Amino acid sequence: MTHALILPILLPLFMGSLLLVLHRLEKPAKRVLSLSATVLAVPIAVWLLVLAGDGQLRIYALGNWQPPFGIILMLDRLSALMLLVTAVLATGAVVYASRGDDERGPNFHALFQFQLVGINGAFLTADLFNLFVFFEILLISSYALLLHGNGAARVRSGLHYVVLNLLGSAFFLIGVSMLYGLTGTLNMADLAVRIGAADPADAPLLAAAGFMLLIVFGLKAALLPLYFWLPSAYAAATAPVAALFAIMTKVGIYAILRVFTLLFGSAAGSLNYMVNDWLWPLALLTVAAGVIGALAARSLQVMLAYLVIVSVGTLLAGIALGSEQGISAALYYLIHSTLVAGGLFLLADLIARQRGDSETRLVVAPAVRQPLLLGALFFIGAISVAGLPPFSGFIGKVMLLSAVESGTQAMMLWSVLLVGGLGMVVALSRAGSLVFWLPSGSVPVGAPADPVRLLAAAGLLLGSLVLVIWAQPLQAYTQSTAIQLLDLGPYLRIIQGGGA
Amino acid sequence: MEALFAITLGVMTTSGVYLLLRARIFPVVMGLTLISYAVNLFIFSMGRLPTGMPSVIGKSAEYGDPLPQALVLTAIVIGFAMTAFVVVLALRGLGELRSDHVDGQEMRE
Repeated sequence: MTHALILPILLPLFMGSLLLVLHRLEKPAKRVLSLSATVLAVPIAVWLLVLAGDGQLRIYALGNWQPPFGIILMLDRLSALMLLVTAVLATGAVVYASRGDDERGPNFHALFQFQLVGINGAFLTADLFNLFVFFEILLISSYALLLHGNGAARVRSGLHYVVLNLLGSAFFLIGVSMLYGLTGTLNMADLAVRIGAADPADAPLLAAAGFMLLIVFGLKAALLPLYFWLPSAYAAATAPVAALFAIMTKVGIYAILRVFTLLFGSAAGSLNYMVNDWLWPLALLTVAAGVIGALAARSLQVMLAYLVIVSVGTLLAGIALGSEQGISAALYYLIHSTLVAGGLFLLADLIARQRGDSETRLVVAPAVRQPLLLGALFFIGAISVAGLPPFSGFIGKVMLLSAVESGTQAMMLWSVLLVGGLGMVVALSRAGSLVFWLPSGSVPVGAPADPVRLLAAAGLLLGSLVLVIWAQPLQAYTQSTAIQLLDLGPYLRIIQGGGA
Repeated sequence: MEALFAITLGVMTTSGVYLLLRARIFPVVMGLTLISYAVNLFIFSMGRLPTGMPSVIGKSAEYGDPLPQALVLTAIVIGFAMTAFVVVLALRGLGELRSDHVDGQEMRE
């Protein structure tokens, strides 16, 4: 048993607590502490990725209580991949925040670290109730981070976000406790075994519990009828917070992927892959709704928030295919969309700083001071997010489009994704030309962009290029991740001698 | 007892949803609290509803399931923290938005 598994949880937890205790510390010291913990998470995540790369499942039994009785952490290829994406994104966000955004309110860095505890914990846990607990940790930090920096807009969208998520937590608890009442366990692997062996009379109740969980995860992931909180919340948050939130919808998607491939996967008897029929139309409609929202958006940040929704729909469509290729394509697209969305939120803030009072509203305003630099970065981000070559969005989309077998499914996916892509190009070029090509003629008002901030935004955006250069090994990795996810044998063997 | 328990939960949830839809901050907080009480009782009932079965081994022939009680305890603590947070947020909202409507503005007449 290697102790490395618990490091991604312990490190930010320790640093967050330290930052809380030492909250009187000078700003630079706090930044150094927070930055070092966040940067250190990257090599740890790489290490875990290498560990998970051999295809073994690694278990960390807390307190050495053996499963299914104790609470366990589990590392597979999927969790390692998610941890690495989180670590990279968080590094970009913290670097950006350290140039001044963290001064807008107290305890930014401590909250940021606690948020990372919640996110990393959700990716590592193999216990359904612990997933709930980690969700709550990441939510309560996200509430505080969302409100960070005050302002009426933040309070208003914050209130919606908090109330909705509290209701979501109630649903989560109902779903989890139903599963417990029916099976007598909360360990995911054990649940998978027992759901497979359940009495057929219990199947409708189990299905109801599963759909309860789908509602909760759909709310977190911003699936179609449940996404209305997202645009205003993301647009109101400060830039580094919005960038970090790019991973939050992916936590919901991760939970959908984990629960509905393992618990209600191929071992679940009559309930196998029960959500895919629902996910498929909802995912496609989410793409459509997101594109329409992006076309109608009146500020850059709202448009970016809708593009996040589009990426959620695209991802879930890949997952709903249920095939190896579908999941593999979705995972590649997940890495791409997280990094690029994070980078674009940071870039939007840089643009806002150079446009005076107009900020990111899409109106004619004084020219930005560095039109070439910011314009080029925006161009890269826009092309990548819209899925045009030569950037990673293109590769992700091609993988997804070729994953679907010909037939009605292919017709629907191809038309929705390609028409949606066109809509995104229109929305992005409208925004880009308004911001960069139609200045009102008056002298630029803003100061040149801070180089460190610029570096953080550009770093995340150019991650897209790295994804293209290393597309082949990455695709091999996501492919083997999908194979691992769909082969339940090793997961079920976690519970040795237990189960039914 | 099961029927009484189920009806109680139903009434609490219904009242909670009704209050939540009032869209004023105080009723919303009350509604969320009621829903979380109902959920907590629901978790508790998932250990079944026996009588005379303490969750301690050796005190009686059969013993109750202690795990739902532990889960409820966790859920109560988390729910309590969240309620406290919403109340503080509601006060902030009242101060900043000058309205107790959850949208921060009165509906147009």
